Amino acid sequence: MSNVAKRQTSTLDKVLRIALYVCLLGMAAVYLAPFLVMLLTSLKDVEEIRSGTLLSLPSSLNFDAWSKAWSGACTGSQCEGMAPYFFNSFQIVIPAVAISTLLGALNGYVISHWKFKGSDVFFAALLVGCFIPFQVILLPMARTLGWLGIANTTTGLVMVHVVYGVAFTTLFFRNFYQSIPVELVKAARLDGAGFFTIFYRIILPVSTPIIVVTVIWQFTQIWNDFLFGVAFSGFDTQPVTVALNNLVNTSFGGKEYNVDMAAAIIAALPTLVVYILAGKYFVRGLTAGAVKG
Amino acid sequence: MNKNAANAGSGATPAGRPARLSLADWMPKIVMAPTVIAAIVCIYGYMIWTAVLSFTNSRMLPTYKFVGFDQYERLFMNDRWMVALSNLGIFGGLFILICLFLGVMLAIFLDQKIRAEGAIRTIYLYPMAISFIVTGTAWKWLLNPTNGIEKMMIELGFEDFRFNWLSDPDMVVYCLVIAAVWQASGFVMALFLAGLRGVDSEMIKAAQLDGASTITTYRRIILPSLKPVFFSALVILSHIAIKSFDLVAALTNGGPGYSSDLPANFMYAHAFTRSQIGLGAASAMVMLGCVLAILVPYLYSELRGERHE
Repeated sequence: MSNVAKRQTSTLDKVLRIALYVCLLGMAAVYLAPFLVMLLTSLKDVEEIRSGTLLSLPSSLNFDAWSKAWSGACTGSQCEGMAPYFFNSFQIVIPAVAISTLLGALNGYVISHWKFKGSDVFFAALLVGCFIPFQVILLPMARTLGWLGIANTTTGLVMVHVVYGVAFTTLFFRNFYQSIPVELVKAARLDGAGFFTIFYRIILPVSTPIIVVTVIWQFTQIWNDFLFGVAFSGFDTQPVTVALNNLVNTSFGGKEYNVDMAAAIIAALPTLVVYILAGKYFVRGLTAGAVKG
Repeated sequence: MNKNAANAGSGATPAGRPARLSLADWMPKIVMAPTVIAAIVCIYGYMIWTAVLSFTNSRMLPTYKFVGFDQYERLFMNDRWMVALSNLGIFGGLFILICLFLGVMLAIFLDQKIRAEGAIRTIYLYPMAISFIVTGTAWKWLLNPTNGIEKMMIELGFEDFRFNWLSDPDMVVYCLVIAAVWQASGFVMALFLAGLRGVDSEMIKAAQLDGASTITTYRRIILPSLKPVFFSALVILSHIAIKSFDLVAALTNGGPGYSSDLPANFMYAHAFTRSQIGLGAASAMVMLGCVLAILVPYLYSELRGERHE
């Protein structure tokens, strides 16, 4: 290759690289814009929203919409803002995540190290449970919750989330535990260590990464759930997503977009915070089901 | 880890061994039992139950008077259902295509030793952490026919700019596509980026030594080796599309009229608010059929692949 040609490709390279950065940053702006608009809108008053555009800046920082969204806005017939539902969501999410993660860990441990006849078939059958459209179980589940006397309660929602979350948590833990050498568990068994001793002394100490991935995945899924929330919750046990939808679709008098946007950010905040603090594990959970390993 | 194993072993006395072993034999089954029972009842049992309901004339409450395929006949005679199905075709097709295109493109661009790659990646992916309800609420405001993007463009000097898809029954389904692509394309990017990082670097080096250009290397070597990732992304995206319920609820609530309904919304409306349990169950079974048509070949190839390893 002659020197001239080399210089030409390097200028071409430079131009291409600049184009690449422009493209990547432009796309980043597109992805960021909706959140920026939400934030800007939530800080304006109704008059500023009417006179300005999506990206016009508020004249002053005005948190009235935020306090209204938190404690005064009407969601359906009640006007207590998002706060009670925000705490409802935590009441649903915390036990549901804890129970489904624990069950998933034990199931994954059994499926990868204590195989019994039928455990593999069962695992395959459980995998299907990750993918069924939940519309297929809504009606029978509604009847069952009624019979058990836990329709419209937080307990009922926790149960539903555990039942349909366990398929995923089992998958996560099973894939992770597959990589723990079988010999290690076998040796411990020969030494007389029992099922829980091995779990507690050998398996659990190395499980931290997969526990983090599973907890984040379950937290995001259950916090963001709408279908189960709208189908199985009562007026005072609604999760935050259902309350947000009611707030946005309730229109007494004028439409207050600033309150809508503040409420939407409030509903999104917990999962966004988790994503920003532990994005690496979040991505790992997302890709774990899709790319093997 | 070995030390732990030794500790665990030293705690056992020889005399206690047989009893422990027999308990240990049962322990795995006892531990799995709740999940097994829950899966059999709440996945497979309920599926059958819904199938049974779809053959009855249940309205407000389940009754078990069987009417054969009447509900399915009614379903496919129902204009609202046919609109929902064709919406799913348009929405699903465009959503999957655009997400795949954007995802692959962004992943390849990000794979060029970009400065601040981590930050850019974080920005592309953050919508995936948000609920579809929040996404729907945000885009409902952005796409607002009078105050949203339209007004912004007019203020910028494009006097004749019109963008009222959200209130146009023929265009509203594309609003769903825009919002869903915004939410999920970053995820496809993450999938492909992980795949790109896993491609054998020796193979790429060999191709470059042979004088292949970057574009040829991608087209001929790297992308073909990502076929499994394509497949996974396709399955996951179609799964998201078929299940889409919350986005419609928040962004359009099915409107104007029922022009932006998807099957999941049809099912919910008929089973829970319009007292048409039989019809709702039938629509749920059709949705299940769609998912299985995609899922069964996928799981089959996955499981077969695992056996070969």
